[in-house]
Amino acid sequence: MSNPLDSLWGTVITGVVVTIVLYYVVRWLMGA
Amino acid sequence: MDFVPAISRWIHLLAGVMWIGLLYYFNFVQVSALKSAQADSSAAGITKHVAPRALFWFRWSALVTWLAGASLLGANFGNAFLLRPSHAAIGIGAWLGTIMLINVWGVIWPNQKKILGMVEASDDAKNKARRVAFLASRTNTMLSIPMLFFMAAGAHGAIYFQ
Repeated sequence: MSNPLDSLWGTVITGVVVTIVLYYVVRWLMGA
Repeated sequence: MDFVPAISRWIHLLAGVMWIGLLYYFNFVQVSALKSAQADSSAAGITKHVAPRALFWFRWSALVTWLAGASLLGANFGNAFLLRPSHAAIGIGAWLGTIMLINVWGVIWPNQKKILGMVEASDDAKNKARRVAFLASRTNTMLSIPMLFFMAAGAHGAIYFQ
């Protein structure tokens, strides 16, 4: 499997996925 | 001392724009430009004259951004880094920014010094440094996406977390 960080699109898509995951983590931390 | 948070925010934004702007320059422009330049033997123009200057402003603006951000958090520094419910969003942003700063000073800069010949390194060590610096820089580009989201969410939480 290639590293997604080797391509710019892979980097951006990984960043968006991490954002979505962390969004729900923050909601959970806030008790929402 | 009411002006301190306003000045801190101003410096945080100015230095942050420079830091992330240069990070995007490295990743979106310089990496592919160097590949083309190596093909026609003009890479020295970038590695000798552009990269060292860009790296200077890059690493120092990263530090200033972090320090101004810490000053802006002030008494809430602990609440943010402990991810307390009231400061969870800015806390995640602060943690991501901190990881990125450590990446700049602890990984990217030491490896770039080898690549640019500022410290002695064998060809093998230079090749390894190239890969490590590249991946650390790409990691920071990836982390900048959630980092900027949560920095904005920290200041405008009501819009983001209804």
